[in-house]
Amino acid sequence: MPTTTIAGRTLDVNEEGFMTNPDQWDEALGAELAKLIGLEMTEAHWAPIRFLRTDFAAMHETPTLRRVSTQAGIAVKDLFALFPGKPAKKMAYVAGLPKPKGCV
Amino acid sequence: MNDTPFVPSFDDDSASTGRKLAIICSKGNLDMAYPGLILANAALGEGIETHLFFTFWGFDMINKKTMEHLKFSYLGNTAMHPPGAFGVSMPQGMAGLPGVTALTTAMMKKQIADLDVPEVPEFLELIHGSGGHLWACRMSADMMKLHEEDLYEGVEGIISATDFIELTDGAQLLFI
Repeated sequence: MPTTTIAGRTLDVNEEGFMTNPDQWDEALGAELAKLIGLEMTEAHWAPIRFLRTDFAAMHETPTLRRVSTQAGIAVKDLFALFPGKPAKKMAYVAGLPKPKGCV
Repeated sequence: MNDTPFVPSFDDDSASTGRKLAIICSKGNLDMAYPGLILANAALGEGIETHLFFTFWGFDMINKKTMEHLKFSYLGNTAMHPPGAFGVSMPQGMAGLPGVTALTTAMMKKQIADLDVPEVPEFLELIHGSGGHLWACRMSADMMKLHEEDLYEGVEGIISATDFIELTDGAQLLFI
């Protein structure tokens, strides 16, 4: 399994660069990951990221964009504004989780 | 690994490289409404500029009076089998009996809901909220004597086929 070093930490990642061990993550690392993809974290960014972490812990699956929107009560439009382009994948990356698998 | 962090490529420039998707929705059956909606949603999640054009029976997907009430019948669909019962055929004649369409519609809606996939109106909201563009066909509107106020609010306009072709210049196109 490949590894990469980010912020002085050695992280297990998959072939695309997504972290594969959620236990290696904390919010300080999340902020570093965000910087690497050009995002500066604000409280508005953290709300969905924290939801992703708790939902993944419960469901063992990264929530889809719609699930984040309906369960965390954040408008899809706002998620696109916070994580432009590919919000579901970017949120998963910042949260140190795999890409969501669900279709909707 | 070297010291350069290994970061996924999010291809943020895909918007500027101009990948576009145009989906023409021409069917008003429940089962034929979903492919376009699901693909549009997937494309938007990948940062692709996405346009949907609702025409003929596809108008039922954006008509406020019908969008919640699309139906599924297996009449004419010889591939139909009961959920999970692969290889079991269902008599075509039965599909035409009173009440059968209501039953098959309810069954399909339940299967869709079980996957936490939204019904058509909420799905349109999801697509609209994700920045998708919804367009209604001028000729269909004229035929059905429908106006913008009859349509889902997220529809940006009633436009001609020519307008749609113009604004989806260079797009990949799906006809459903």
